[in-house]
Amino acid sequence: MTAPFKDITLTERACSTSFYESSARTRLELLLDAGSFVEFIGPEQREVSPHLKIFDLPEQFDDGIVVGHGRLDGSPVFVAAQEGRFMGGAFGEVHGAKLTGLLRAARQIASIPVLILFDTGGVRLQEANAGELAIAEIMRAVMEARSAGVKVVGLIGGRSGCYGGGGLTAGCCSALAVSEPGRIAVSGPEVIETNRGVEEFDSRDRALVWRTMGGKHRRLLGAADVFADDNVQDFREAALELLGLIGPFGLDSLKAEQERLADRLSRYGACLDAVDIWAAEGIAHAESVPELPSDQFITLAERIGRTNRDAR
Amino acid sequence: MTLDDILASLFPKGHEIRNDKGVLLGSATLRRGDKMLVLGVADRTALGVDEAIRLSGHVLESIGLASGPILVLVDSDSQRMSKRDELLGLNEFLAHLAKVLIHADINGRPTIGLLYGHSAAGALLATGLATRVLVGLPGAHPAVMDLPSMAKVTKLSMEALEEKAKSTPVFAPGLSNLVQMGAVHTTWSNDSSLADQLEALLADMPAARDQRDALGKARGGRLKAADIAERVRDLALQAR
Repeated sequence: MTAPFKDITLTERACSTSFYESSARTRLELLLDAGSFVEFIGPEQREVSPHLKIFDLPEQFDDGIVVGHGRLDGSPVFVAAQEGRFMGGAFGEVHGAKLTGLLRAARQIASIPVLILFDTGGVRLQEANAGELAIAEIMRAVMEARSAGVKVVGLIGGRSGCYGGGGLTAGCCSALAVSEPGRIAVSGPEVIETNRGVEEFDSRDRALVWRTMGGKHRRLLGAADVFADDNVQDFREAALELLGLIGPFGLDSLKAEQERLADRLSRYGACLDAVDIWAAEGIAHAESVPELPSDQFITLAERIGRTNRDAR
Repeated sequence: MTLDDILASLFPKGHEIRNDKGVLLGSATLRRGDKMLVLGVADRTALGVDEAIRLSGHVLESIGLASGPILVLVDSDSQRMSKRDELLGLNEFLAHLAKVLIHADINGRPTIGLLYGHSAAGALLATGLATRVLVGLPGAHPAVMDLPSMAKVTKLSMEALEEKAKSTPVFAPGLSNLVQMGAVHTTWSNDSSLADQLEALLADMPAARDQRDALGKARGGRLKAADIAERVRDLALQAR
């Protein structure tokens, strides 16, 4: 695979590689400084899920997550990347425990940041209890790490989006970067439709899905801090930018978040659609937001200026 | 046991806990006279943005002004599944509630969850699973995922799932399964005073360190999680 790219620099490859289409391993290879990635408990160790065989399902040697250590612009970082193409990137026992262990180490060291490349549908149904509990442990570990001074950045732009407990974990991070195809939510479109009917949410209406849960809406709402173009280089730059901006975490951050979210409810609580929220935010021609090219969208998002750096 | 029975048994010295459309907010007096902050979800209410913001606000208002432990009562539905809740960023509201509870716990306000009815998915993550010690009452019936939905996704019959559930606690609903996984630390008895059992727990609270994976290993429910997390932690500490 590398031969045809021999003469192309890593940066050029990262610029021309879609984050959405890439595997977890490619994302890490192109996100981090060349050759700096070291994996912990890699696939050669074959630490597979002990539960999938109950359902006669194939296992994956890394259980759908890659965790390790690398460098970003020369500085050390811990990284975790979910593989959305294995079981929808869902959290199982082994998958979740790798991220928990990484966060616990980061807390102990207290100075090395953590990047989490989310790509997940949430809890893995076949091991639902273990997956749910793994997410609870990860959320606790994120908050303990942040309380110790660790910066935890989430990058969201994969095929499986960031759903269920993944959405809650993303909400625990210090900051988020999201691309247009990155979706952040708790209940997925199909789940809402199954439970509440197609009148509540038509999961086949893709435009509805994108504007309700997609990256542009999350950025305009202030749920994500940076909007990235769908290539790995842009996510690398977003991660670097966010690491430079994140301030300390404490009670004041939570009080500010309470105010931020309560303010959102009182401003937009009666809106029926994302377009209504964007219009209420003062965006002219709000209905055209989904079609805006990235550069124009970023200009717009920066003008609206809703971020939450000190309020999460 | 009804919620009123539970509160009467927990707090014989009295409480001021209001149930407003399934959102529980208030405080109670413990035996030795000090106060306990109380919040929760009752009547199998879905946890949406409107409920979550009131619960997190109740805890934040108490931090700095009051001291003492915090009790989170849980008889909820799942997270509220609606277009409006997702549009407004339900993931942030649920995460915020969990963060506030975790922050309180690691800063001198020990948290106890009491699961006395139902709960599921995101609602359980934001409440009971965000406390230091989660206690189950007999009759509680949590379901991380319900079997009919699971049957739909896995394309297995309900009978096949129920058969598989006999051999593993890893996916099926039920309090005993969550106990075996290490999610629920202990189960109380309905036959003796809940106040006695609460006082005994408060007198002997475990450290504010997440020990659920070790608990799950000791109980045979999660054999790999604790070891994998420990190995990754050790490798990461060596790598710096």
